[in-house]
Amino acid sequence: MNIDWSWIGDHTDDLTTLTLSHLQAALTAVLLGVLISLPLAVLAHRIRPLRGFLLGLSNVLFTIPSIAIFVLLLPVSGLTRTTTVIGLTVYTLVVLLRNTVEGLDSVPVKVKEAAKAMGTRPLRTLLTVELPLALPVIMAGVRIATVMSISLVSVATYIGDGGLGQLFTDGFQRNFPTPVIVGVVLTLLLAVAADALLVALQYVLTPWRRRRA
Amino acid sequence: MIQFDAVHKRFANGTTAVHDLSLRVPEGGVTVLVGSSGCGKTTTLRMINRMVEPTSGTIRVGGKDVTEQDAAELRRSIGYVIQQAGLFPHRTVLDNVATVPLLLGWSRRRARSRAAELLETVGLAPDAARRYPHQLSGGQQQRVGVARALAADPPVLLMDEPFGAVDPVVRTQLQDELLRLQKELSKTIVFVTHDVDEAVRLGDQIAIFRTGGHLVQCAPPAELLARPADDFVAGFLGAERGLKLLSLRTLADVPQAPAPQGGTWTLVLDEAGRPLHWATRDTEVPLRPLRDGDSLLAALDESVASPTGLTARVDADGVLTGVTSRDDILRHAGRAHTEARVSA
Repeated sequence: MNIDWSWIGDHTDDLTTLTLSHLQAALTAVLLGVLISLPLAVLAHRIRPLRGFLLGLSNVLFTIPSIAIFVLLLPVSGLTRTTTVIGLTVYTLVVLLRNTVEGLDSVPVKVKEAAKAMGTRPLRTLLTVELPLALPVIMAGVRIATVMSISLVSVATYIGDGGLGQLFTDGFQRNFPTPVIVGVVLTLLLAVAADALLVALQYVLTPWRRRRA
Repeated sequence: MIQFDAVHKRFANGTTAVHDLSLRVPEGGVTVLVGSSGCGKTTTLRMINRMVEPTSGTIRVGGKDVTEQDAAELRRSIGYVIQQAGLFPHRTVLDNVATVPLLLGWSRRRARSRAAELLETVGLAPDAARRYPHQLSGGQQQRVGVARALAADPPVLLMDEPFGAVDPVVRTQLQDELLRLQKELSKTIVFVTHDVDEAVRLGDQIAIFRTGGHLVQCAPPAELLARPADDFVAGFLGAERGLKLLSLRTLADVPQAPAPQGGTWTLVLDEAGRPLHWATRDTEVPLRPLRDGDSLLAALDESVASPTGLTARVDADGVLTGVTSRDDILRHAGRAHTEARVSA
């Protein structure tokens, strides 16, 4: 398999556009996923019966094949970026919801008791004690959701979106391997870079975990 | 002052944790709640700051019914020290201590300077301020817990087995520190422990609980040791309760005489006049010189160990002031018991 380097040189603008579009779809989905899963996770954590229902529901959504989700959304949002983002968001919810609930569960009871006994009200305890302490587990979920979304964006090629995924169909239809290889490499680089940034972000956000005795 | 009136607590699972409790916790004193696990002592403590709500009866702090106050505000006005400190792992030591002042709306700068002041009060080095709790030893964490409870200068302090998780040496240090602080601050302290010696050491009054949440006896330690209300209390205080009573009395008013000269045993002093050991021509026996503030129990222990039956007494600088005989110590021990029984 030979790589046609001149093709890459001729298409740098297109590749940049596709990469940015790819990244935008994935990150928007993760961001929406975090915004939706956070309140749901808090509810699931506080209200036991709701927990089984929400986690079960998100599992069911996860079993729907990704192409099917996009097809099912077509009557609602058509061949648009919106469809791509909604589809991806649904998938991030499974990971994010589960990890956020687990993160909140992992906060030591003693510490929550202490916060209450000092006279901290529930909302403030959630924001200043529970969420910070749950952060490492939540961030683990965000990392998985991000990498997963970056890889899934390509599937949206079938509805005319798909960022770097367009390179796969292009290369496949023309029996021309270069775009396919370039697409794979760029997707991988995006995933690795995004993950590294998230690790760095977590390091900055959790100073108490740096010098473990 | 904290007042319990006919307080009852039954949990949802049907167990009675506290049974018809009426108890008065005097202002500015240490009241220790003791009893084996499951006797309701911790539940009693936690009802004061509404971490647990009573099923019936009333609890008043400073004359005000606790259930009629906003729970969060009530808790901010009551210091709480938890077993194993319960510090916030994600906050620096300084910010842990500043917790309640910040909740009360103090500026960050004022809260932190107050916190720094308190770290010094509880005997922590200033460089501990910027560390995280997991970087401290158990004893240091416990000190931070005490500093955090004191931060907003609450009149009432609740302490739930605060020194339960540290080794005996550190525990004694922390107890000494608490007694020293209490002399300065005169807080109304409610202290929960299952350790009788700790209760006797710290308490101005001791409340003994029996399984099922019954308060059996509440009295000052000397009275409790001299006149336990029933076999349960006597058994709980242990077979050596007579000796424990001696730990409450000091050596101050026990007479002393000049050290004897020319016997078989000589009391050997260093150049400054500090006693070193007892000696004959060919043996040496170590000794423990005692100060006026030491307990009768320590004196009895030393007089039993001393080859002459004499206990060396020293001043604050460790210089010999005289010796006290075993007989004098025993006589005062007997008198301590008689007085405790009569005053009871």
